Amino acid sequence: MTSKPSSAVKLTWRTATVVAVETRTPTVKSFFFQLAERLPFIPGQHMDVRLTAPDGYQAQRSYSIASAPETSEHLELAIEQLDDGEVSPFFHETVAVGDEIDLRGPIGGHFLWSVEDGGPVLLVGGGSGVVPLVCMLRHRAARGNRAPMALVYSARTAADLIFATELRALSERKDGFDFFPTLTREPGPLPGVRLGRIDRALLRDALAVLSTLPKVVFVCGANAFVETGAQTLLDLGIAPATIRTERYGG
Amino acid sequence: MATRGFSGRGRASGTDPARLPPGQYLTSDFPVLSAGPTPHVAREDWKLTLQVGPRPIKSWTWGDFVRLPITQVTRDIHCVTKWSKFDTAWEGVSIDNLLADAGIEAPSGFTLAHSFDGYSTNVPTEDLIGGRAMIAIAYDGKPLEAEHGGPARLLVPHLYFWKSAKWVKALQFTERDEAGFWELRGYHMYGDPFKEQRYSGD
Repeated sequence: MTSKPSSAVKLTWRTATVVAVETRTPTVKSFFFQLAERLPFIPGQHMDVRLTAPDGYQAQRSYSIASAPETSEHLELAIEQLDDGEVSPFFHETVAVGDEIDLRGPIGGHFLWSVEDGGPVLLVGGGSGVVPLVCMLRHRAARGNRAPMALVYSARTAADLIFATELRALSERKDGFDFFPTLTREPGPLPGVRLGRIDRALLRDALAVLSTLPKVVFVCGANAFVETGAQTLLDLGIAPATIRTERYGG
Repeated sequence: MATRGFSGRGRASGTDPARLPPGQYLTSDFPVLSAGPTPHVAREDWKLTLQVGPRPIKSWTWGDFVRLPITQVTRDIHCVTKWSKFDTAWEGVSIDNLLADAGIEAPSGFTLAHSFDGYSTNVPTEDLIGGRAMIAIAYDGKPLEAEHGGPARLLVPHLYFWKSAKWVKALQFTERDEAGFWELRGYHMYGDPFKEQRYSGD
């Protein structure tokens, strides 16, 4: 690896138009953006968004790209509404089709996967942390790739599973992708879904279907979730250098 | 151009706007971010080394290190993921005192900090001396937690916080500015939050 990066082009702010808004769960909406030019990116990367008030005040946040690089003309960002947030409530309450929003990206150089990287791959997502992982899955499906991939996905209730129908359909293809949802606040029982937090047993079951040790593991969600998940994986013998983490929020 | 319907009502009131770098928001939390799992380094295994190129010139065990003069600072910190936190209180050994204990002046213009988990980040040596940086071992009056980089992390608060390498184990003085982990992956070589130097081309 070279010791100095090659000279880089500045990532500029571009104006994108909202072409669709879709409610995914009670707290998550997907926003679909059209850019003047199609933007190449690697699954796992995110976009920075910027809002400007009339007095010039600006707010910026980052959101992972949900849409696959191959299939979409439109960039999808799945945004969870945070009660005490400044930007996510604006998206949920005010942003509408036709609005123009400044975006910059794609950003990210480590929490990335494309089919050329190979597998097996273990994905571990909590809540809206599943978004970059779904991007990787959509990319894999778009390329007809069969690298073994397992997604362990923890959400509060069945209604909070983002992309639930799509993930089930992908797992029913039996093309090497296995789906392990688990719900932490569902009274249950529900068919096909475990109840309770992600634990050693669930991660062990997911690793078992991959048949060989994963080449890379991606863990994404709130910090406490990632910390517990990563530590459990280390306890199960996964090498620390193979675990990549993305921590949302505090 | 203004974003339709956005008034910025949610902005933190009473904040001196000059104190918050462009694109940042103020938080009272202390978010944890990292590229991988948290390493756990026991104090009995801890060592800090100064190197000139590949050559180690001085090492401290934990026992040696905590006998060095301790400095207390209160500083604002700024993460490239957009959050800023004001008035954070740290204790540790300033890089000036580290060099003094090693009996040397800063050997070269650039420094590459190395961490126990394989992470690295580059900082011009001038940005580490003259009271600008320390090896921090306590935050907010308590020993630095592993999640926040304990037992010891580099603290360079005037640059984006990815430069404040957690779990620091070595400072390597280099002839050229050698890109560290995030610098090799699209992030800025210097990282001044007030110039919004987040990404490589900024």
